[in-house]
Amino acid sequence: MSFTGGTVAASAAALREGGVSPQELLAEARAQFERVDAEVGAVLTQTWELAERQAADAQRRLREDPGAASPLCGIPVALKDVLCLEGVACTAGSRILEGFHPPYTGTAVQRLLDAGAVVIGKTNCDEFAMGSSTENSAYRPVRNPWDRSRVPGGSSGGSAAAVAAGMVPYSLGTDTGGSIRQPAALCGVVGFKPTYGRVSRYGLIAFASSLDQIGPFAHTVEDCALVYSAIAGHDPRDSTSSPTAVEDPMETLRGGIAGMRLGVPHEYFGEGLEPGVRRAVEEALRVLEGMGATLDEVSLPSTGAALSTYYIIAPAECSSNLARYDGIRFGMRKEHDALLQMYLDTRGCGFGAEVKRRIMLGTYALSSGYYDAYYRKAQKVRTVIAEEFAAAFERVDALVCATSPTVAFPLAAREDPLSMYLCDVLTLPVNLAGLPGVSLPCGMADGLPVGLQVIAPRFQDARALRVAHAYEQATGWHRARSPLVEATA
Amino acid sequence: MSSTATHGTDTLRVGDREYQAVIGLEVHAQLLTRSKMFCGCSAAYVGAPPNSNTCPVCLGLPGTLPVINRQAVEYTVRTAVALNCEIPEFTKFDRKNYFYPDLPKGYQISQYDLPLSRRGWLQFHVDGEQRRCGITRVHLEEDTGTMYHAGDVLQSATSSLVDCNRCGVPLMEIVGEPDLRTPEEAREYLIWLRRVLMYIGVNDGNLEQGSFRCDANVSIRPRGSDQLGVKVEIKNMNSFRAVHHALGYEIERQRQVLEQGGALPQETRGWVETQQATVSQRSKEYAHDYRYFPEPDLPPLQLEAALVERIRGELPELPDARAARLRRQHGLGDYDAGLLTATREEADTYESVVATGVGAKLAANWMLGDVARLANEHRLPLQQSGLGVAGLAALLRLLEAGTISGSVAKELLAELYRDGGDPAALVEQRGLGQVSDAGALSSLIDEAIAQGSKAVADFRAGKEAALQSLVGYVMKQTRGRADAQLVNRLLRERLGG
Repeated sequence: MSFTGGTVAASAAALREGGVSPQELLAEARAQFERVDAEVGAVLTQTWELAERQAADAQRRLREDPGAASPLCGIPVALKDVLCLEGVACTAGSRILEGFHPPYTGTAVQRLLDAGAVVIGKTNCDEFAMGSSTENSAYRPVRNPWDRSRVPGGSSGGSAAAVAAGMVPYSLGTDTGGSIRQPAALCGVVGFKPTYGRVSRYGLIAFASSLDQIGPFAHTVEDCALVYSAIAGHDPRDSTSSPTAVEDPMETLRGGIAGMRLGVPHEYFGEGLEPGVRRAVEEALRVLEGMGATLDEVSLPSTGAALSTYYIIAPAECSSNLARYDGIRFGMRKEHDALLQMYLDTRGCGFGAEVKRRIMLGTYALSSGYYDAYYRKAQKVRTVIAEEFAAAFERVDALVCATSPTVAFPLAAREDPLSMYLCDVLTLPVNLAGLPGVSLPCGMADGLPVGLQVIAPRFQDARALRVAHAYEQATGWHRARSPLVEATA
Repeated sequence: MSSTATHGTDTLRVGDREYQAVIGLEVHAQLLTRSKMFCGCSAAYVGAPPNSNTCPVCLGLPGTLPVINRQAVEYTVRTAVALNCEIPEFTKFDRKNYFYPDLPKGYQISQYDLPLSRRGWLQFHVDGEQRRCGITRVHLEEDTGTMYHAGDVLQSATSSLVDCNRCGVPLMEIVGEPDLRTPEEAREYLIWLRRVLMYIGVNDGNLEQGSFRCDANVSIRPRGSDQLGVKVEIKNMNSFRAVHHALGYEIERQRQVLEQGGALPQETRGWVETQQATVSQRSKEYAHDYRYFPEPDLPPLQLEAALVERIRGELPELPDARAARLRRQHGLGDYDAGLLTATREEADTYESVVATGVGAKLAANWMLGDVARLANEHRLPLQQSGLGVAGLAALLRLLEAGTISGSVAKELLAELYRDGGDPAALVEQRGLGQVSDAGALSSLIDEAIAQGSKAVADFRAGKEAALQSLVGYVMKQTRGRADAQLVNRLLRERLGG
């Protein structure tokens, strides 16, 4: 029996029933990686030796006390290359971090290691998580496992593609404006961005601190819930992580949605939505209604301002967060006798065009004389956007809409930055409001996956997962696999 | 808010017009917390091998996050309370963005528009006159690292090294109002501010090592004007003396520029000790735009009123109040009270000696006289000397009780300071007890009169001072043990004075 393209839950059960060992799971992951990654380009750094050791450890733990072992014990995982793992190169998809080996492990990754995870490598991404196609990786683009002429979405394109191509049953990504949910939609997998403050950001190379959040990719909502349970919770090293107790999503996952009120945000079904995406999402709404949920149209009037708000706040934070890449202490340095020229050369060569664009946007927005007109105003609009979501959630339990207005588009199709920014128009308001959001497969358009987005109130992560799980179980779209997996199976 | 009295010495002349200097000081004081501002590294970085006192957080490595040091917040509140500041319930941290190799993150976590406290004042003294200087704000931030340049100065350095041991040490910024008018006022303000910070235990007051640093803003304006002139910021002053000299130099420089019809640009100047001059470093056009914005990695701080009240309740008596109490309760003069309260240790020592029953004036005289001299000679404070505080108290009690004479006390003090020991036991053992028995002294009085016929004649002729040589004879014969006052009285009786 092959586990390639399988789920975490199935592997976990098989590990306990003796049907497979962590080493065998790892060998399958490696075989699939070697078969397909030359074409996909999902992995930047491979960590097979580390994985072998972890698999052996996991094997011992499973043998000694299979009941106590986490469901993630012995199961391969890939980590977006913005997550620090001690001693393993971490580039954030950027030249400027070439040669950087973090001397510490971030909290979310450490929690996976504590659970017995087997890390096979670090996944490709847009440079510093800035982008929606993974074409901004300084190393190479990632190709969509469903159609290699197309992008996987981004910025966590490598993590999404690694799961979609069957290299690992799950992976970690990060989501600042849609960077988990949009590639999940485009790659036909499930992606979950938890509530801001649920998963520690310690060890996550920051893009925009007030928006970044770590979350999982997997084939099923249940798998995402398992991973979320392992990584969520307060961390004293991250002052923005919530000290409140985490609800166990597994307890309510199978509760169904009969009697639930689901909101359909009017503004999310506008002109930019591709007909194929609209058809699939509207069909999904009928399915949800059929399962006993009430659909209510709601309005989020400031949605139109979200994109410009986001593109002030996120660049402002990034302009400051990326100041540390100065060639002084780590990463790349372009030597020069004069300090200023060393700074200019290092940052000029080390950063790609999109990163520079955002640093400039953010620097401008924070400049003396412009702060009030841009940054302060954007913060006010952000508050309004969050309040509109809160008002909607007084009427409905969750919101449902498309994740991405389009299916996966061809590489190099969006050279104009603004058209790229529009990829996240349905996901980034969720980051601005700090809400949990799930994207899960809800059909196909022109042979490419379409994603359905479920949005819940802050800290109602379990509810978002419950709605998503109910839909998934009712439709079975989650069983569809990319041709790269079909070919193996 | 402030009430700086103008006085004669602050007048400057530019042509036939009277001008006046306006000075505002910004002090940076490192806090005496155990750990750094945002990580667990030790805040005591001095002497550690370069870059050894660091961790991923204070090195600003990618992915790391700051966590606020609660003790640093409490120390800043304590300072704010001591400086009579308002403490709002809501405060937050901001990022101050600029590039420099000693700033690992490319920004300093500081406070911008909602500082931990504002609108306070510090009382101090200049030439016995009481002054008050407004405090604009006291806020909390993190220190930077240290740079070492191959070559003396940055401009000619062929290479530079960065030591991050100091990165992230809690730093408090105390911004004073432009209420000061003379270099003397500025110096006294700093001396009193440092004294308060050391009293409340938040800072060690070390200017040389830079745990207490000062920058000044100086401008001059026509007397009577309520407009501020173009300000010049002066940096790199590493002692009270340097502050005094730099301000004196800068005020005179500005006066001369105006007198010659020149204009003063807004700029930053550095005090160069070897030239005894301020030198332009940066003009306004090159001023940084720090692009302050709220630190997204730290939630705003809510300071509960109960916390502030607890800290207020725990505040020790401050030097000014303590000096006033010593004047009132102990009858000390301004000068003595000021010296005895210059440090908390000194005042505590003085009060604990007095508490054993030693007279206030006696304790004050000895502490400010012989004890201070010995401490200076041995470079060792009384507390750490062989004598110790209890020993001093015991010695002074023996003196006060008349058990030993003043000159014996003085000799013993010097010996015990160095070698230690029990004063009473030593007096007993060496037979140093004072001779204050008229009978025992009687034959020595006779001897003195017999050998000092000239002095006797002079005294009888009305020369009072002549008696001293007779007293001296008796003291010498008793090796200082005789009660000098008694000898004096006995001699007068015998000579029929």
